[in-house]
Amino acid sequence: MNPASRFARAAASAAGDAELAAILRRNLATYDQAVAAGRGRFLDWEAARRRAQAVKRDAIAHLDRYLEEFERRITARGAVVHWAADAAAARAVILALAARHGVRQVVKSKSMVSEEIHLREAFEQAGIAALETDLGEYIVQLRNEPPYHIVTPAMHLRREHIAALFHQRLGTPASETSPEALVRAARREMRQRFVSAGMGVTGANFLIADHGLVAITENEGNARLCYSLPPVQVVLTGIEKLLPRLDDLALFWPLLATAGTGQPITCYSSLLGGPRRENEPDGPRELHIVLLDNGRSRVLADAAQRELLHCIRCGACLNACPVFQTVGGHAYATTYPGPIGAALTPLLRGPAYDHLAYATSLCGACAEVCPVRIEIHHQLLRDRGHAAAARRRGWSERLEIAALAWAAARPRRFERAGRWARALLRRRPDAVDGTRLDLLRPWTRYRQAPPPPPQAFREWWRRRAAGPAAPPPEKNA
Amino acid sequence: MDRRRRSPLRRNPRLVLWTSVNDATRAPEVALFIPCFVDQVTPEIGRDLVSVLERLGCRLRFPEGQTCCGQPAFNAGYRSQARAMMRHFLDVFDGAEAIVCPSGSCTAMARRFYAELAAGEAKLEEQARQVCPRVYEFSEFVVRRLGVVDLGAKFPHRVAVHDGCHMLRELRLKQEPRELLRRVEGLELVEIEDAERCCGFGGSFSIAYGMVSEAMAARKADALEASGVEYVAACDPSCLLQIGGVLARRPGRVRTLHLASLLARGLE
Repeated sequence: MNPASRFARAAASAAGDAELAAILRRNLATYDQAVAAGRGRFLDWEAARRRAQAVKRDAIAHLDRYLEEFERRITARGAVVHWAADAAAARAVILALAARHGVRQVVKSKSMVSEEIHLREAFEQAGIAALETDLGEYIVQLRNEPPYHIVTPAMHLRREHIAALFHQRLGTPASETSPEALVRAARREMRQRFVSAGMGVTGANFLIADHGLVAITENEGNARLCYSLPPVQVVLTGIEKLLPRLDDLALFWPLLATAGTGQPITCYSSLLGGPRRENEPDGPRELHIVLLDNGRSRVLADAAQRELLHCIRCGACLNACPVFQTVGGHAYATTYPGPIGAALTPLLRGPAYDHLAYATSLCGACAEVCPVRIEIHHQLLRDRGHAAAARRRGWSERLEIAALAWAAARPRRFERAGRWARALLRRRPDAVDGTRLDLLRPWTRYRQAPPPPPQAFREWWRRRAAGPAAPPPEKNA
Repeated sequence: MDRRRRSPLRRNPRLVLWTSVNDATRAPEVALFIPCFVDQVTPEIGRDLVSVLERLGCRLRFPEGQTCCGQPAFNAGYRSQARAMMRHFLDVFDGAEAIVCPSGSCTAMARRFYAELAAGEAKLEEQARQVCPRVYEFSEFVVRRLGVVDLGAKFPHRVAVHDGCHMLRELRLKQEPRELLRRVEGLELVEIEDAERCCGFGGSFSIAYGMVSEAMAARKADALEASGVEYVAACDPSCLLQIGGVLARRPGRVRTLHLASLLARGLE
């Protein structure tokens, strides 16, 4: 099945899943409350968003210069920077490193870019055991699922689901559902792995150009263990994560935390500057930074869509999106779901994902919450523009638009076409309402359609203007 | 015509606030922009718009050349077809001093998206710059341009407002319909949970992803039914079609009504 039909099927099935809707609704209500309080902690949330937008605009507009500055500075402290043009190149770099050091076990902290390049599967195929150490990621790994959401990977689960999973996989008592006990069980599994792993893999929340630093934020402390215990550390990230100055973190750390979870700042905020130096007691012996392009420079080349690279992956647009709330994260079958994923995926992965730009009501709730003010819904319209201009849309849609444009070009033609269409629809008996014989079935299957009126507005206006004796038209409302 | 154009009352919207709305000689001339959807599917909304604006003393004309603003083509990505329809629209409404539309969404098409669609063609850009700022959504026109909030209407019912997405987020109009409703005698204005949440219409989205769209509308219908209102008023016929389409298949008694229709009934 192609991605478009797969999405349509999964979306429809999720839309009818009342239990899922209840879980998402409850989790999102908690989130909404926390974020509302979080925004209130800013003196001026809107000003913060505007400032952040300006900083990202500068960062992305001069990305070439800033990336080289970042590379120069972090390399000077002994890190190695690898430029990966695509997913295969990134996987090859990391697997080669693992092979060189004889790595059998890897610990990973949360990284959507690692999902994008399917790194865990690549490790598995190479016979390397890779463990997710973010609790949410650990849970979905145990379930053999991709993350449901870019910030909260296990958003679709209730505590009881997790308890049952842990009972089955980790041997916790079946009756044990307290969060403390479940976390303790997961931690017991992970601790030993942190110590024995030969390689740690993390993502990056920001790359700081002027000091050559990698900024990582997290709430569980697992990323810290990933980059301090194993002898070899890999930071895998996209080229767009750049911020020009260290000072920018004063805005972006609280901004990301607020938009992502409603926290003032995440529990652990770290800056990595290089591998362990002489006389230092800890830290990795080697630090490798893998910078992934994978289609991003194509987006960068388009001035009208470049702002999609401003995204800081906070997940706020997913949470605000009524479509995401209805279809959930897995239906998209992409690394990045929700509005930002729908806008970005057709550009990164190509026309097979065009449908995502159409799978939205264009309500704009996403743009309203975006902390860097990306006009995501207008970008979706631009994606649609590319798809239609390249004649990648289906024949029936092309025909419909051509018919509309043909009729709209001449008012008389428009009026006559409307009259015929209404007459045709009025002859449709009530008995067919919603059935396969119904001309309006795509609509009436799920909703009642109003009866087509006998008279268009323009006809009424003309008769009214002709004389005061015009008969009052019947009401349909 | 020429003398009226030169009058300072015509040029400065703030001065219009001082004019009596019942004074037919001073009330603005309004060109009606009746979206294709209203023309063909819900003409009663257009008739109610006419009756309310006439009660306010506006002199109305309906440029008969109008067809469709191009939004369906633009939203589906067909920009060259949409541009042709925009060209037609701009020619039809060229020179109008106030263009009033009973749809926030179609108003947003002209005011927010025409500029992007016209970009790169100097003459078209200039024409869009002239015409587009004169396109008003109905409640915006009455409250902001005419400066009227109390029409003297009576409607003794519990009413909720649904905020259409384009109206709210593209035009930033939220208070205007509420200001009008608050002054309606006997009307109890009720704020529902998630009034700003999309009803799930989204044009072709409602057909391509019917089940998703219906689930979104169902949540709106739930909120309406839970609030105990008798009517939900909105400034977008398409939202009303969507919400009404779901409500009609439920046992509840909430009915949909365009703001202009509600006011027209209240003035009868």
